[in-house]
This record gives sequence, C-alpha cells and structure tokens, in this order.
Amino acid sequence: MTAPMMAGTPGPVEPGATLRADVLGTVSWRTPITLAVISIAALFAFVLFTPSTALAQFAFTEPDASWQWPVWHAPARLVLILCAVGTFALTAAAFIAAAARKPRRWYLVVFGALVLVMFLVWVMSASTGTLRLPFLLGLTMTWAVPLVFGAFAGVLCERAGVINIAIEGQLLGGAFLCAIAASITGSPYIGLVAAPIAGALVGLILAVFSITYKVDQIIVGVVVNVLVLGLTNYLFSTVLSENPQEFNSPPPLPTWRIPVLADIPVLGDALFNQTVIVYAMYVAVFVLQYMLFRSRWGLRLRSVGEHPKAADTVGIKVNRTRYRAVVLGSAVAGFGGASFLAAGLAFTKEVSVGRGYIALAAMILGRWSPRGALAAAVLFGFTDALNRVLRNIGSPVDYELMSMLPYLATIFAVAGLVGRVRPPAADGKPYP
Amino acid sequence: MTDTPQRPTETPTRPRITWDEIARSSALLTFLAILAALVISAILIVAADPQVRGSVSYFFERPGDTLGAAWSAVSGAYTSLFRGAIFDYEASGARTIRPITETMVAATPLLFAALGLGIGFRAGLFNIGAQGQVLMGGAMAAWIGFALELPIVLHVIVALLGAAVVGGLWAAIAGVLKARTGANEVIVTIMLNWIATWLITWLLTTSILARAPNRPISPEVDPSARLPLMLGSQFRLHWGFVLALLAAVGVWWLMERSTIGFKFRAVGANMDAARTAGINVNLVFVMVMVTAGLLAGLGGAAQILGADHTLRASSAGSIGFDAITVALLGRNRPAGIVGASVLFGALRAGSPLMQTASQTPIDIVLVIQAVIVLFIAAPPLVRTMFHLPGRPGSRRAVEVAS
Repeated sequence: MTAPMMAGTPGPVEPGATLRADVLGTVSWRTPITLAVISIAALFAFVLFTPSTALAQFAFTEPDASWQWPVWHAPARLVLILCAVGTFALTAAAFIAAAARKPRRWYLVVFGALVLVMFLVWVMSASTGTLRLPFLLGLTMTWAVPLVFGAFAGVLCERAGVINIAIEGQLLGGAFLCAIAASITGSPYIGLVAAPIAGALVGLILAVFSITYKVDQIIVGVVVNVLVLGLTNYLFSTVLSENPQEFNSPPPLPTWRIPVLADIPVLGDALFNQTVIVYAMYVAVFVLQYMLFRSRWGLRLRSVGEHPKAADTVGIKVNRTRYRAVVLGSAVAGFGGASFLAAGLAFTKEVSVGRGYIALAAMILGRWSPRGALAAAVLFGFTDALNRVLRNIGSPVDYELMSMLPYLATIFAVAGLVGRVRPPAADGKPYP
Repeated sequence: MTDTPQRPTETPTRPRITWDEIARSSALLTFLAILAALVISAILIVAADPQVRGSVSYFFERPGDTLGAAWSAVSGAYTSLFRGAIFDYEASGARTIRPITETMVAATPLLFAALGLGIGFRAGLFNIGAQGQVLMGGAMAAWIGFALELPIVLHVIVALLGAAVVGGLWAAIAGVLKARTGANEVIVTIMLNWIATWLITWLLTTSILARAPNRPISPEVDPSARLPLMLGSQFRLHWGFVLALLAAVGVWWLMERSTIGFKFRAVGANMDAARTAGINVNLVFVMVMVTAGLLAGLGGAAQILGADHTLRASSAGSIGFDAITVALLGRNRPAGIVGASVLFGALRAGSPLMQTASQTPIDIVLVIQAVIVLFIAAPPLVRTMFHLPGRPGSRRAVEVAS
C-alpha cells in the first residue's frame, strides 16, 4: 500500500523509485502505524466494554428460502476477542513486512474484513434483532450499481484527461430519459437503451465546453449538474406530473436467475438473481479493465490523459480521443442511472441524491482503475446498505454519523493517509 | 451590424470602433448570455405548456392559437418573475417595492459566499465547499443566537464572528490538507460539503441544536442576535445586505490594494513563479481557504440571523452552489459579484410568484442560471452565436489559473 501502485501495472517497483538494485527504497512505517492505531481503537471501542453474555444474531438464509441454515447466535465477546487477536497479529506482520520493504496488500484486505466483522458483531450484540446477511448483500448491490457505473464513467473520462464532475448529472439524465422511454414504449429494455443516450448528451455538453471551448472542466461539470437538475426537475413538475401514467410509470426490469450460481449460500441471490444491469456491470468491469490497460485503444486513451503533447507527437488526435472518451464514459454513467428505476420505481426529483459525487469518490479511492472503482463502489454501497439495515434494527451508532463514512474515507484517501492516490498527469488540463 | 470582421482592410471609422469596443466588452457578453438563457428557458416554458401542446396539433390550420398560447405562457412567466423580483405593479402601497427588498434579502448570503469563492478562484483554488461552509457558519450563528445570553449589540456581533470563525476553520481543513499533502481541494471540499450536511443533520437530532426531540429544527434565535431590519417590520430587508456590500469593498481592497491580496493573485497567476519570488504558497493556500470560509460562514449567518431565524438541515439551500455560479458570472471581481448576486437573488426571489401566478415551476430558474454561466464561461460560443467580432488575444473570461 505504500507504493503508489496503479492497477494494471502490478509489481513492487515504484514509478518514481530508482531501479538500481543496490539502492534500497525508504522504509515506510505509515501503513503498520495506521493499522496499530486502528487495532487499538477497535479494541477499546468494540471489545473491552462488550458484556461477556451478549449474543449477536446473524441469519445466513432468507426466511422464505427453500433450505434454511439456523440463525447463528454468536457469542459476541469471544468472537470479538478472536478478531482483535487477528488484528494485532496482522499489525505485527505488517511491521515486519514494512521493515523488509515488502508491503503486502492482502494484509490490509484481511485487516479491513476483521474490523468489519468486529463492528458488525459489536453492533448486533447491542441489539436484539437479527442481521439477515443475504438481504444486506442484496441491498448492497442495489446501492452499489449506480455508483459502479458512475465510477466507470469517471475512470474513462479522467484517464483521458477530462475531469468529470458531471457524473451526478449523467446519472440523473439517464434515469430521466429511461423513465420516459420505458413508460411510453412499455418496455423496460427500451429504457435501458435511452438512458445511455441521455448520459451521452450530458457528456457532450461537458465535452463541447471543456474540450472545444476550453472552459475549466470543474466549472463546466458543476454547472452541467445544475443544468440537468433544473431541466429534469422542471420537466418532472410539468410534463411528467401532468400525465404520470403515460410518461412516468416505467415497468420493472425482470430479474434473471442464473440456475446454479444463484444457489450459492449467502452470496448467490445477491449476485446472480439480478437484472440485466447488474450482469452488464460484471461484463463492463472485465471489458474496461482489459481495454484500458491491455489494448491499443486504452493505451491511446491513457496517453492523452497522461501526456497529451507526446500523444499528439505520435499522431494521436488528442481532442478527438478525449471527445470519444467523455461521450462513452457519460453514456456508461447514463446507463447506470437506469438502475435507480430498475425495480419499477417512478422518476422523482433528484432521484440520484448525490450518488454521482460518491461515484467520483469511489473512482478516486479505486485509483482511476475499473477494478478498484468497482471495489470502492461496492464498499460504499455496503456502507449505505448496512446503514439502512441498522437504522431499522436499531444501532448504537447514529444513522447520520454512519452516513459520513464514505466521504471521510475519501478525504483520508486523497490526503494520502491510506496510500498515495495519483491522478492522470494531464487530468483537468485542456489541450492544446 | 453590417460591418463584419471579414473586411479588415476597410479603414475603421469612428462609429465602427465604438461598436467594436462594445462588442468585445464583457458587459455586452454578459448581457447576451443572459438574453440567450432567457430565450432558451422560454423555449422550455413553451414546450411544457399544456395549451401550446394542445394547439400545436392543428398548427398549420390556425397557427395563431399556438403562437398566442406560447406568447401568453412566456410573457406570463417572465412578467410574474419580474413582479416577484423587482416591482409588483399589481400590488398597492408599500407592497409594490417589497419584491426588490426580497431580492436583496436573497442576494445577501449569495454575495458573501461568492466573494469568498471569487478570492479562491483568483488564487487558483477551486473551492466547491461554500455549501458546507455556509451551513457550518449558519449553524454556529444559530447556536450562539439561541443558546447564549448576551446584551443587544454584542450578541449579533458575537454570532457573526462565531459564524465567520467556524466557516473559516471548516474551509481551512481543505487548505491545510492541500498545503501539507497536496490533496485536491475540489474533492476535499465536495466531501466536506456532505460531511457538513450530515453533521448538522445529526446535531439537529441531538439536544445541542434541536428544539425538541424528534424535531429537526433549532430554537428561534433571540431577537438580540438578529440582524436589525432596515425598512421596518413590513420588509424583511436587514442590515446584512449592507454588511455584504461592505464586505465587497473590503474584498476589493484586499485583492487590489493589499500585500496579501497581491500574493493571492500572484499564486493564482503562476504558482511556480510566486514560489520562486519567495511567496509561501502553502500558507497562501490556507489563507485563501480561511478567507473564503470566513465569508461563506458570514453568508450562512446572514441567512439565519437575517432571514430564517431558525436552523434546519436545509438552511443552506443551494446557496453554496449558486454562489459558484455567481462568482463566475461576476468574473470573480467584487463589483461583478455584487451585480451577479443581485441578479440571482432576483431569480430566487421572483420564482415563487412565478410558480403560483403562471404555474411555471421554480426549477426553470436553475436552468436559467446554468445556461447563463455556461455562456459566460465560453465567450467564443456567444460571439459565434451573435456574429460578434473576435477579441484579439482574448483573455479567458473565467480567469482561474490551473
């Protein structure tokens, strides 16, 4: 985690580090120290004040499933102590790894998972309710999908050197046109075709102003968001409200159950009993990851975002490449906007409620790579889902405070407290 | 108008030069951008009007019906906007001038916040965080206003100062993070906006700010902490507007006449040159953010102590985001920002009457604002649209150093 590893360029060599074998890199203690602090904090917050008799209840199957696992009444204190031991062991291992200059990323993943389990057990030990894990994961997917597509849009645009603050507007525009198209035709799939068109149109505004007229990309993004918000609100209050039957009653997208995979315990239902949007997301992450980092198209796109002058010198049309990237990325975001209505919900004002900004955060946390963006977006989706589930069960942590977590995580990420994040070098710079 | 830039060989006569000067001036550009925005919004109003859509099916038999309906829809919306924002000729007595005072009330927080943002933009800092700073400042002002018992003049001063300090500190987070770690201020301030929203929402569920349990609204601020009214109890206009104008003068002095302002501008013009010249760029980042947050905090205080008197999670409305557009429209200069904030204040103040009188939803104002700023930010586009002569070596209208 100490090396600014970019996805797609795996390997322990830092881009800025010297390649001479006899010179050792500096030892970075930041990661192990952070882990130590979190371990101690978790020990105090979760373990020490949990009564030894408390039980935390977890259900691994839905009540209506064909076969049932018994609800697990976890002995909270015991589980917490075991997890705490795990966190301290990992911290020690991280210190050793740091001293040997071999930072190991999977330590962090396991560490995070342990802290998460501790948090869940601690929360549930204070409540008499049962945490239904399949339900929680299903909700996670619902919340994560627009974030994932939004973050992919950010990756595509910013890798080409155009900052896309307008993800919010693209999601909103996609949802809006999806609602109208699906309502008029009566087919949810037509809505899925219309949504990316709306996103692309919003992206085109961004592209025209930021690439052709070289207006600052952040300004255009902010203003485009206001414009789309105003347009959709206005049309919602007039056309859509006058005749909701005709214009704003999109039919729900059917869910496709994949036979064997959907029977996997806990995860199966959430991952493989979903609408086509979710399956498109699975395909998109592989395609984007491959295309961006292993194809000629991706190399050109990234070169335009990293060093446009060099790209121009070898004959790549910088602004044309950027145009295509922005429009394509915005279309991806628009498609994600359709997921707000996948359950057959009507379009409402501000249906995207700031998800576009969280998608932006997920892209940064995911270090401008589709894979990382997916992970971060799912993490944010999980936070959201957990937050809502806990609000119903009753949780010792206030809903409002939990809601801040994604934003705080992003600030920590960009401030370099959990590893460096490095944007594309020409991100936000117009060319020529 | 017959003179076009395609005939440069012609000896310019005196009127031609005058026309050129006007055509290249930013005032004309601003005017045309506003005009274009109103035209585009008029198209939207017409498109969404049920009578127009009803009569368009027989447009070729009786085009007069469609055109008449379109005209009445647009003129109805814009005249009620005017009546709500500037002068209500249908009211009587003092109520005729109430709209213009409402415009000033709406402009006050925008002016404060946009002045701060303008400083940031000129120093090359993209502070998107006015929303959070306004909210934090407003919350502090509200808390001082209802929780503390202070004498009459002191109370409002303390509340304003408290709001300024809290807004400044909230903004300083982004400044310090940028100075120390290089964290992108755009991202940090966007995130801080959300954190502020949730923080205030949370505080409004606790006994710190809530009026009663399960009532997410703060107690009313004491009369001693309110900004005094300027024109008596008939109007809501308060002295916060004058304070905001004074702040504009102060910002002008700071940016144009003081050493600090020179440093701010130097960093914005060329950060590397400023550093080479011995300016502590990191300190400037922090100072710019603190100044911006201070002003935004005052904007929040003006909204709470002057207009709302209570705090809700939605108290900041969209002030912070509107202020960005105000700063851009005013080209980051105090005088321009005063004009822009009054214009946007008028749109905010006039839109409720427009909604009730002509059934044009309030949201059209967002479209007008966004289109104005898009056109302002891209002068070449407006010149192309209106066939204006170009400006040789023209400067970018939105002067934000990257």
